[in-house]
Amino acid sequence: MCLAVPGRILGIQGEESLWRTGRVDFGGVIKEVSLACVPDAQPGEYVIVHAGVAISRLDQEEASRMLESLRSIDGLSEPGGEGA
Amino acid sequence: MNEVFEMRCPLPFREYPQVLMAHGGGGRLMHTLVERMFGAAFSNPILDRRHDAAVLPASPHRMAFTTDSYVVRPLFFPGGDIGSMAVHGTVNDLAMSGARPQYLSAGFILEEGLPMETLWRVVVSMRCAALQAGVSIVTGDTKVVDAGQGDGLFINTAGIGVIEHGLAIEPGSVAVGDAVLISGDVGRHGMAVMALREGLEFESAIESDSAPVAEPVLGLIRAGIDVHCLRDLTRGGLTATLNEIAEATSMGIRITEEAVPVRGDVSAACEVLGLDVMQVACEGRFVAFVAEADAEQALAILKAHPVSADAVRIGTVELNGGAEVVARGALGWDRVLPMPSGEQLPRIC
Amino acid sequence: MRYVAEYRDPEWARRLAEQIARVVTRPWTLMEVCGGQTHSILRHGIDAMLPAEITLIHGPGCPVCVTPVGLIDAALQIAARPEVLFCSFGDMLRVPGTHGDLLSAKAAGADVRMVYSPLDAVSLAMRHPDRQVVFFGVGFETTAPATALAVVQAAARGLSNFSLLVSHVRVPPAMEALLSMADCRVQGFLAAGHVCTVMGTAEYESIAAKYRVPIVVTGFEPVDLLQGILRCVRQLEGGRHVVENEYPRAVCDSGNEPAQRWMREVFRVVSREWRGMGEIPDSGLGLAQAYARFDAAQRFGMGTEWTPMATECQSGMVLQGQMRPTQCPAFGTRCSPEHPLGATMVSSEGACAAYHRYRRPKVTS
Repeated sequence: MCLAVPGRILGIQGEESLWRTGRVDFGGVIKEVSLACVPDAQPGEYVIVHAGVAISRLDQEEASRMLESLRSIDGLSEPGGEGA
Repeated sequence: MNEVFEMRCPLPFREYPQVLMAHGGGGRLMHTLVERMFGAAFSNPILDRRHDAAVLPASPHRMAFTTDSYVVRPLFFPGGDIGSMAVHGTVNDLAMSGARPQYLSAGFILEEGLPMETLWRVVVSMRCAALQAGVSIVTGDTKVVDAGQGDGLFINTAGIGVIEHGLAIEPGSVAVGDAVLISGDVGRHGMAVMALREGLEFESAIESDSAPVAEPVLGLIRAGIDVHCLRDLTRGGLTATLNEIAEATSMGIRITEEAVPVRGDVSAACEVLGLDVMQVACEGRFVAFVAEADAEQALAILKAHPVSADAVRIGTVELNGGAEVVARGALGWDRVLPMPSGEQLPRIC
Repeated sequence: MRYVAEYRDPEWARRLAEQIARVVTRPWTLMEVCGGQTHSILRHGIDAMLPAEITLIHGPGCPVCVTPVGLIDAALQIAARPEVLFCSFGDMLRVPGTHGDLLSAKAAGADVRMVYSPLDAVSLAMRHPDRQVVFFGVGFETTAPATALAVVQAAARGLSNFSLLVSHVRVPPAMEALLSMADCRVQGFLAAGHVCTVMGTAEYESIAAKYRVPIVVTGFEPVDLLQGILRCVRQLEGGRHVVENEYPRAVCDSGNEPAQRWMREVFRVVSREWRGMGEIPDSGLGLAQAYARFDAAQRFGMGTEWTPMATECQSGMVLQGQMRPTQCPAFGTRCSPEHPLGATMVSSEGACAAYHRYRRPKVTS
């Protein structure tokens, strides 16, 4: 369920949040999506898009943190950070 | 090919901007259409004789004969149109027997009201594709149906080619251990068309891979490669084609998923719409089955032709329990690729 | 694709699987809630990578699968009306109602259009003022914000030719319903990542505490799934049962507040029937009174009562995790994607379809 894909905002149109849309680049495929649920998202940032609507900004810091912890898995050490 | 696109339609559009029922009626209007549009664009010595049937020269060789119908919507898409697709598709069907394509027929079913300019664009595209593929359109037919019954334009083709080799290029020649080669990256045609689909539109640089593939095939044969089987990919993509061969041969086919070439943007488009790229339609791609010992040389020959420059080996024919198509995934696990059931639909779930 | 490919890295997947094998000391049964997670697990062979002690049960997280037959029948009736332009996600087009599906209705002349977003349906309504445009609103909380936006936009534009057949469902009540069953064997959950992107993680705290089950909010790629399983197993081995977030790049504790605001404006919580599971209280979202005029069921005078037809389909058992698809007598024989008996074989991420599509070869070489 809930096929949602990350993409990078190229540009934003619309003033009021309900009508705010962005052209989002999903690795070479560009689609216009609603940004009504991510009012603080800016061009250059990544958002996660489901059914034509960005449902979240992608937290690039968290992504880096996880990738770092994965790199440190050598079978003996714990992956980084537990807890919600 | 630029001079073709400059070619002005000998039939002035302002006289008849749209196709009328009378254009299929056998009378003066149809005669004018056939003469001044089809006859002018497709002109060749056989067609120019204007017989009801094309009279072809005799040949000492076996002949290959194929037919197909084209009902694609939309009529025009990035990288091609229904006309170029019709020519390429017929040429490729002939090429899959190792035949040198020679002659095509083109039957048009036009919907009343179809803009004449649309028809002209398709006809010019067919002329260009035929020239590129080295074939002549030597006979044809025109019918017009009531508005609302034809989706604009349908094309039926038949094709004849000459088989100048003694090989039996067919599923029956496939043997266990044969290498499975693919002529290029997959999924372009389906995603190029999907990009225009109402309700799903997206921007991309993806163009259809519709193209004639007779040249690399003839290259393999001329080099003495013992080609066991060829099959072009169409609807249902790579998965459907491999399943067809597996079923026809009662043998299994094992592929490595990561070896199947896919362009980044095609892959991305599939991710966004939730589609499996291996089931997406291709138009100018084929798989070849050759003996293991010939695989390397066959690939080198394919790569020397522009339309198959990205040819690569993707797998091997094997005996497995159920003549299945099996894919080794990136994480090292095998899964069966069953024959696709019906048209693959985009999903949000 | 960036932020996708990294999470499919085979080396990291292998190392995580090894860690799971090292940590586990006894059998554990986990459930991944979301059909998309089921799809990914089977497609990438995650289940084959796990040690034998771990059993994965596939949950009811397929909103397409759980849409009641009565609602599909209502959709078919509405779509058949000449003035209607019926819009639906691709997922729903082949799900069987009592007599046929939306795709066969289209073949019979109904104007059925596939859309990628509910907002596309609103655009269609604006482009075709002479038609009644109806959108089939299915999905979990992930999809509800998109539907809510469509309703608010339609209201703002004063559209009188747009309505929706709403069948959104909520995950937490379904999880509780499963956990309340006497024979529930699930000991830990992988919660649906994108549902939590919207709703946050707070709703799961009380479930974890009440039923003493660890709940790890998990993404959809192989690395995410394996990390989620690892964290869940670590909790089980350590006797803990809290909510953890494996997917922080897409999920924060409070979820997406603007999305939740749009949802609160447009929807109210209702009880909903889940196909194969019966009615679950407070498990659905229906249109709030202020937007009742957009309810297609009311506009077209549809009842959605349904008398269950006796059928061989055991999708209910599959959705509850009581049966694996391969254990169903009809699997692969009388029931297949070509002639599905129920929704779990039709939906692209229904468990039965996933098992059929991603099955292991008969003989591995």
